[in-house]
Amino acid sequence: MNVAIVKYNAGNIRSVIGALTRLGVTPILTDNDEELRRADKVIFPGVGEASTTMEYLKAHGLDRIIKDLKQPVLGICLGQQLMCSQSEEGNAECLGIFDVPVLKFQPTRHEDKVPHMGWNTIETTGDGLFKGFSKPEFVYFVHSFYVPVCEWTAAKTEYIVPFSASLHKDNFYATQFHPEKSGPTGERILKNFLDI
Amino acid sequence: MLAKRIIPCLDIRNGRTVKGTNFVNLRDAGDPVELGRLYSEQGADELVFLDITASFEGRKTFTELVERIAANISIPFTVGGGIHELSDVERLLSAGADKVSVNSAAIKNPDLINQIALNFGSQVCVAAIDAKQMPEGWRCFLNGGRVPTDRMLFEWAHEAEDRGAGEILFTSMDHDGVKQGFANEALRKLSDELTIPVIASGGAGAKEHFRDTFIEGHADAALAASVFHFGEIPIPELKQYLCGLKIPIRL
Repeated sequence: MNVAIVKYNAGNIRSVIGALTRLGVTPILTDNDEELRRADKVIFPGVGEASTTMEYLKAHGLDRIIKDLKQPVLGICLGQQLMCSQSEEGNAECLGIFDVPVLKFQPTRHEDKVPHMGWNTIETTGDGLFKGFSKPEFVYFVHSFYVPVCEWTAAKTEYIVPFSASLHKDNFYATQFHPEKSGPTGERILKNFLDI
Repeated sequence: MLAKRIIPCLDIRNGRTVKGTNFVNLRDAGDPVELGRLYSEQGADELVFLDITASFEGRKTFTELVERIAANISIPFTVGGGIHELSDVERLLSAGADKVSVNSAAIKNPDLINQIALNFGSQVCVAAIDAKQMPEGWRCFLNGGRVPTDRMLFEWAHEAEDRGAGEILFTSMDHDGVKQGFANEALRKLSDELTIPVIASGGAGAKEHFRDTFIEGHADAALAASVFHFGEIPIPELKQYLCGLKIPIRL
């Protein structure tokens, strides 16, 4: 299988490559229009800041390319947030694949620490990325901004407020958590994505 | 529900795992990647790898080890030891580490925390603090606990948070290696005063000590080494025990 990872100024690429390699796939890392369009699956990972990342994507024409992709696409963490309409992080205009804004966590109690960091449970639709999931599972999160629950929510988590741990619309899939850092559960999610 | 984390810590010298008791007397406990993978399979929530090698060649060996860990282990891991400047952080993050812990270098040059947070985000910056209870209060020490500093635990932890640290890893040197439990009173004060997660370190000797540090110490995570390395507390048994007490734990 031909899997492409979108190459841009983001961290944490090595873990995604490692996780795919363990599933028997050798991904290519590319920002080339043709290579991204030709891939069977595209992964849009991300650790970084929304507004500077969006500027980078626009400057390299990647915003258009990602929106126009027809094969299954998986956005991870910042990748999910950038697929939304806009983000409170740096007031960024994002890709608009999911017409929902990205908001900053507003803690109300002392024990609600931001970033939301660590293992938390997801309640899923049991479909798509979560095929075969029947009970809440723990996955690994690190984030300060969140996507509210909306019509494209494919998995839900509660932290300060209920939010979208995962989104799905047509060929676009996204997770707020890091499947590549979520042990065997994360591997199942990545495998489900590769099997779509 | 956000889970409390169980974190085995592996001290690394020349690419091998070692563990000291009270920071001296090192004992060999195996290959770091194999041991890390075993812990991950047993249910460890994160791993910490501390490089205690002094030489330049040792740094290169450690960076290669970090690449092997990232390729083989599917849970988050922090690396520490020998981080003096931003280029060390960049080297370890691009080798695949999720977080870096800074200790002595941050006390000597607190701006390092700002630089890490600004360049890579607060979530990658763990401020590790070794402290010892003195008549005047909890004093911070350098170089694995040999050199006293003019910084006190609580004011330094606050400053580290203000500068952009994403977590505090507090090791009580009085409790480390003694296996009589964590420094829960100080941990509770840290956890209640700070708005970032606090990792308890030093003193684990029994399952009850983990219960106490989560319940009484308000710790967000607990780190230990030898009780895991020498099989004294199996991680699955520990997590079952804590779960039975209704402490939020990932099983």
